[in-house]
Amino acid sequence: MAMQNLSNRRGWGFWLQLGFTLLVCALLTVPMVMSMLAGLTANYFVGLKSGLTLRWVDEVLRVYSGTILLSLQIAFACLASTLLLGVPAAYALARRPGRFARLVEEMLMMPVAIPGLATALALIVTYGGVGDLRSSWLFILIGHVLFTLPFMVRAVLAVMGSIDLTTLEEGAASLGAGFPRRFFTVVLPNCRSGILAGSLMVLTLSVGEFNLTWLLHTPLTKTLPVGLADSYASLRIEIGSAYTLVFFLMIVPSLILMQGLAKRGRPSV
Amino acid sequence: MPDSVMQNSFHLDAVPIRLERCGKTFAGGARALEPLDLTIRGGETIVFLGPSGCGKTTTLRIIAGLESPDAGGRVLFGEEDVTALPIERRNVGMVFQSYALFPNMTVTENVAYGLKVRKIARADRARRVEEMLDLMHLGEFAGRRIDQLSGGQRQRVALARALVVRPRVLLLDEPLTALDAKLRDSLRLEIDRLLRGLGITAVYVTHDQGEAMALGDRIVVMAKGRVAQVGTPREIYYQPADGFVADFIGTMNRLGGVSRGGTLSIGSATLPWTGPDGRVELLVRPEDLALAGEADGHLDGTVAAAVFLGDRTRLVVEPADGPALTVDAAGRSELGRGDRVWLRVDPARLLAVP
Repeated sequence: MAMQNLSNRRGWGFWLQLGFTLLVCALLTVPMVMSMLAGLTANYFVGLKSGLTLRWVDEVLRVYSGTILLSLQIAFACLASTLLLGVPAAYALARRPGRFARLVEEMLMMPVAIPGLATALALIVTYGGVGDLRSSWLFILIGHVLFTLPFMVRAVLAVMGSIDLTTLEEGAASLGAGFPRRFFTVVLPNCRSGILAGSLMVLTLSVGEFNLTWLLHTPLTKTLPVGLADSYASLRIEIGSAYTLVFFLMIVPSLILMQGLAKRGRPSV
Repeated sequence: MPDSVMQNSFHLDAVPIRLERCGKTFAGGARALEPLDLTIRGGETIVFLGPSGCGKTTTLRIIAGLESPDAGGRVLFGEEDVTALPIERRNVGMVFQSYALFPNMTVTENVAYGLKVRKIARADRARRVEEMLDLMHLGEFAGRRIDQLSGGQRQRVALARALVVRPRVLLLDEPLTALDAKLRDSLRLEIDRLLRGLGITAVYVTHDQGEAMALGDRIVVMAKGRVAQVGTPREIYYQPADGFVADFIGTMNRLGGVSRGGTLSIGSATLPWTGPDGRVELLVRPEDLALAGEADGHLDGTVAAAVFLGDRTRLVVEPADGPALTVDAAGRSELGRGDRVWLRVDPARLLAVP
């Protein structure tokens, strides 16, 4: 009875919308599911009836574990760098609005607008000869920081612009708090959502970055996406797909974790 | 010693403030404040009143330490020259129009902030916060987040947060402006009670003359970066220094008259008057004009508007010549638009403005 009432109330418009939504979802998820499934299939060309196996995942972990670890290392180093550079930069831009600040903001956005390949080439031409930098993972890190910094600055700046930061700080100062205390107990906690959003962006972008990294890497400093391109180009499709699966398993938990952090109540500062 | 004081009734030291030649010129050359000399007595509530852009907030921020005066200006708290100290080292309490409460903290944490900064021990801190929350009737909101409070509650938290550290001076920057009318009245009474009870030196900035009259021991009326008049609410109301002050505070009527040999001619009437001969501009409050009969009236005119206010009816009367006059009639008055009325002027209540 109840079911019937429910379906009676929902007109054809509802079902049309539901159908369309599911179609769009399918369009986005089916290729991903297919790809991941391919990584678990014994023989992709035979299909699922060839059976499921963890053999390819195993092989990826054996051959490419170095790239996975390097990607994580670079991503977290990149996050630390953008936090240390980006949050103070956003604060400075928020506190001193003016033409100069806008100019700096635009300059910061440049690496996003310029193709990654061009940035990478410029880096190689300019700094490629400095010591052992060219062969160090730090060279890739520099590229990633350049590319992700604007996202951190923008995310933090957006939150700083939406709260009355100046008055909040004046309030804290009137109670006797000097600059460091104001910054850590009032400014940072109230920009938490922007900092988390920025961190999420930076981690994801760094782990998945290919354009810059492809030019900046050396055979000894391969990251996950570079390895992925390698494996798709030169190995069986099952291995490439298993690699993609590993990538998903790596990135999704960190995404969920950070989303959860963003939702959780107040910070414990 | 402060603890025993706390137990009886929360009371604060009354520190006088002296401003010497405090002017403010902003980068770009705009003069926000002409050099100002002013002494605020210990325990006094002084109100800076004026339209926006008059320099009242700049003055408050100079006292607070959020702005520094132009070279040569000095700010003294008691005998101490605090000109060079930033706000965090002046030990002032400040209440902002937009509350400036920390959204990342509860009511208790907000109030405890200044005590934490001063490194007050945890137990002492908790006790002082609780006492202050009780004083401000905020006990039941102690654990709430700021966004769960109404505007009036927020401003009471802001007051508690400013006062719990026992500041030398309490500075209030339009604290009631963001509130609706009814809340404004009740919180104004509460602030009044608080300031009288605490005995603290308080500086209050507002553009609302009603607030200024109700709260100020003295009012500093400001216009265009200058002090127009300093005085008690009564002085400001009954002896305005100039036309600006007269117009800004309450309602004021203007009358044109001619003074000649000890008499003053207004309309068809001649009144006794002392002053130099010539044309004079006179100011008179609505309550100092009275309705009269044709025989004893000094001026006559036509009622242009009548607004019934309950206890009285406010009439706008247009005389044969000169600007319209506002007069109060009894509430039960039946006068209306178009009626002819006569007004009596008490010469003792007339103010001649220079």
